Amino acid sequence: MFKVLIVSLGLGVPASVAAVWNNPYPAAQDEQNILYSSFSERPKHLDPVRAYSSDEYMFIAQIYEPPLQYHFLRRPYTLVPLTTDGIPEVVYFNREGVPLSADVSVADIAYSEFTIRIRAGILYQPHPAFAADDQGVGLRRPMSSSELAAVRTLADFQRTGTRELTADDYVYQIKRMANPQLHCPIAGVMGQYIVGFSELSEDIARTLEQNDYGDYLDLRRFPLTGVTTIDRYTYRIRIKGKYPQFLYWQAMPFFAPMPWEADRFYSQAGLQEKNISLDWFPVGTGPFMLTQNNPNLRMVLDRNPNFRSEQFPMLGQEGDAASGLLADAGRPLPFIDRAIYSLEKESIPRWNKFLQGYYDHSGISSDSFDQAIQFSARGDAQLTERMRQRGIGLSTAVAVSSYYMGFNMLHAVLGGDSERARKLRRALSIAVDFEEFIAIFTNGRGVAAQGPIPPGIFGNLDGEAGVNPYVYDWIDGRARRKPISVAKALLREAGYPNGMEASTGKPLVLHFEAVARGPDDKARLNWLRKQMAKLSIQLVVRATDYNRFREKMLKGTGEIFFWGWNADYPDPENFLFLLYGPNAKALHNGENASNYENAEFDELFSQMKNMENGARRQAVIDRMLNIVRRDAPWMWGFHPQAFSLHHAWIRNMQPNLMANNTLKYVRIDPELRAARRLAWNEPVLWPMGLVGVLFGLSIVPAVIGYRRREKSTAL
Amino acid sequence: MIAYIVRRLFYAIPILIGVNLLTFVLFFVINTPDDIARSQLGDRHLTAESIDNWKRAHGYHKPLLYHSEAAGMDKLIDTVFFDKSVRLFAMDFGRSDSGRDIGHDISQRMWPSLAIAVPTLLVGIGLNITFALLIAFFRATFIDYWGVVICVVLLSVSSLFYIIGGQYLLSKLFHLVPISGYDTGWNAIKFLVLPVIIGVISGIGSGTRWYRTLFLEEIGKDYVRTARAKGLSERVVLFRHVLQNALIPILTGVVVLLPLLFMGSLIVESFFGIPGLGSYTIDGIQRQDFAIVRSMVFLGSVLYILGLLLTDISYTLVDPRVRL
Repeated sequence: MFKVLIVSLGLGVPASVAAVWNNPYPAAQDEQNILYSSFSERPKHLDPVRAYSSDEYMFIAQIYEPPLQYHFLRRPYTLVPLTTDGIPEVVYFNREGVPLSADVSVADIAYSEFTIRIRAGILYQPHPAFAADDQGVGLRRPMSSSELAAVRTLADFQRTGTRELTADDYVYQIKRMANPQLHCPIAGVMGQYIVGFSELSEDIARTLEQNDYGDYLDLRRFPLTGVTTIDRYTYRIRIKGKYPQFLYWQAMPFFAPMPWEADRFYSQAGLQEKNISLDWFPVGTGPFMLTQNNPNLRMVLDRNPNFRSEQFPMLGQEGDAASGLLADAGRPLPFIDRAIYSLEKESIPRWNKFLQGYYDHSGISSDSFDQAIQFSARGDAQLTERMRQRGIGLSTAVAVSSYYMGFNMLHAVLGGDSERARKLRRALSIAVDFEEFIAIFTNGRGVAAQGPIPPGIFGNLDGEAGVNPYVYDWIDGRARRKPISVAKALLREAGYPNGMEASTGKPLVLHFEAVARGPDDKARLNWLRKQMAKLSIQLVVRATDYNRFREKMLKGTGEIFFWGWNADYPDPENFLFLLYGPNAKALHNGENASNYENAEFDELFSQMKNMENGARRQAVIDRMLNIVRRDAPWMWGFHPQAFSLHHAWIRNMQPNLMANNTLKYVRIDPELRAARRLAWNEPVLWPMGLVGVLFGLSIVPAVIGYRRREKSTAL
Repeated sequence: MIAYIVRRLFYAIPILIGVNLLTFVLFFVINTPDDIARSQLGDRHLTAESIDNWKRAHGYHKPLLYHSEAAGMDKLIDTVFFDKSVRLFAMDFGRSDSGRDIGHDISQRMWPSLAIAVPTLLVGIGLNITFALLIAFFRATFIDYWGVVICVVLLSVSSLFYIIGGQYLLSKLFHLVPISGYDTGWNAIKFLVLPVIIGVISGIGSGTRWYRTLFLEEIGKDYVRTARAKGLSERVVLFRHVLQNALIPILTGVVVLLPLLFMGSLIVESFFGIPGLGSYTIDGIQRQDFAIVRSMVFLGSVLYILGLLLTDISYTLVDPRVRL
């Protein structure tokens, strides 16, 4: 601080005393086993029943432990146990409650039961909710006003405690999902499946209306018929029908355990006013616990001292051993002691701090892309020389997301099931060149889509078999977009030769519903107009804000729009349901934004969603893809590619776009980091001297002028 | 004076109601309660029932401004506007739409804003007065000419340029201070150096020109001529007489700003990662969190009214001829 004061006073110091001046962290942390990272958006919720976005999962996935997780290295993404002793077995029942064999027809299955057995001996992090007095009696009484006055944050509670994780905690959390007061985003979905869920929700709502439960609504006293505790470590979930994807939900924080003591602790009067709530101070069994929660500045995760033994995976994919990814195989997790996340809203400071070594890893914004990445003659992304010299590494992975340009199938010109409209949509799909879009607007970070299913998800095929034949030709071992002449021919066949309506001679005018925010959008919209102009079609952009855009989608009054979807789980059902008729947004408030409806597709979807991955399921998916490619309710757009940079001192930065709890695998070499920071950030002092000299020189004429004026005589 | 202050405080009530009404109307012209619910709940798997639940829980299920089906005063009282506004007059900001206590957040976030604003203001005033006096002293010389030119150049440059340029030079190129961030207590100083320097430099152009104008106006007055006729040196004339009299408009101009220092700077806080009230307001707008936007606009209005009142009072302190 003394040195900084010197800087602020404009004085120079010899370089010999200068260490690193621009270090944003205390010097005492220099060689500690800490990961430094950033976040750009303040998380809205840290309660696992409410959190549902990546900036929230970044924190809570390290703290809360649902029963299952994704294998860190294995691809395609595979579920493995997290707190359970195995993948839960499912048993099917008919309406009479008679167990059925696994290969029974879906129509015969009335219920599925998942029995989940968790491991014994798992402990919660230290937390005041479990605190006991000297006699070991739980401190569950309400705090007095004087006790409350002394509390500013959770760390002000002197006594903490822990207890063993039990099956009841998982059951309690599922009941919390049904609590309408907590606004769980997937309550609607779970209400369709979990037996008794909707009834529980109504039951709780009635109790809330009566408002006679005091500060704490004890959910343990509410029955949930579909979820039962078998013993201390086992619970069972009964769902309606067959829903294999239900297991994927068990890897999301929604299904993480919640001790009732925590719920009760945070319900104490006075804590909410200090923003001490379950929504801000998580209580989990995971490898880390949140010890500093200032979402406006910094979030700090510390190693949970009660964390059980978990090891780095022994097996990965082919090539993982050679690339060093299995160097830590079998070693206990987590490797780091602490992770500090700083709020960094602007991309320029975030990027510069990464280059200075103050963030251990970073994404790449468009502003910095050319500094970091160059493309080889073959089109492969590689690091620039400057990045390589710094020992920076690059990880890339295609995201399990689809960004698409949709047609509103309810629209009179573009929509519908006629051959005319189908040809028009296919002509537009050929004309809008997403390879060019990726090159111009995403710095090449993306893969042109052949359908709704991204690479890495079952159902997406590589090579010629996976190509959309209505938009691409397979030439010389790669997919090439059909020439624009094909699109013009389709347009002519659709009744719009040269972009003019054949019957009236009027030009074809289409409308694009744009959510325009800034100058970047203008370039994109101009590009889109040019794509349409290839077919002599006039594109009118209807720019609006996101709220109005969403309203148009809900009412089905839009025409062409751009939207995207990130996978909840790695199953084709989670993408193909975006085109399932009963999910039409305008008609049923679902996620099918283009309101596409095709009876054959819907029938196949109903079959496919209940099938196990395999040749039969692939065959059904192929048929479904062929239908939607022919009907073209979307221009298939692209699947974005995530580029991530990391410094030489950080290990195991293997991208896993489904798992959120990967912090425990990260290993740091703090000594190397400290040395690099020192080398990269030596203060440059001569400009301060130069400023001093210039200031001194500028004073001279003023002093001379002053003295001359003082000595001069009056007129 | 007390009667004057009480009268002014009563005048403030209709102004605050008007500001509140205007904010309410502008916000809800763009965002409906359904939009707010959707932005809080997210788009995925959202049902109409979830939206209704959220609106009911947060008081957005009522009519916005006028409840036509209610009886008597309830037509105005049983509305979102009344529910959300009336508590503000007791400075009870309630909870944000995402559930945090706004009053607590404000009490936490005003300190970083003040930590930047106060040194920037004080150092800025000191430097601006010094430069302005220097230029006034050398009026009608090349120093005056080039001083004004430099001031015009400085005030023509965007504040964003100062921020990015400052971060580039001092942090990235010369490694003298952290590029962004914040800490508590004394550790905050190293993070404040750069934003304060940038804040001061970006204000020099306009501040120096304004103060120079004030000084030149004073220099032309009779009492200055009398002082010179008495044989006082130019230094004494400037520093003892001109500066003292020119301080009245300077002081009143500064006093009106004092309460607003709490509100922070929108751009500076965002670029430097300072967790102040400026970035709090921006967050509220971006997240469509009406509770935060309403509270911050109301607080800003109250502080501005307070600033104007303090200005009036300060007149009486620095100029004995003024009576309230």
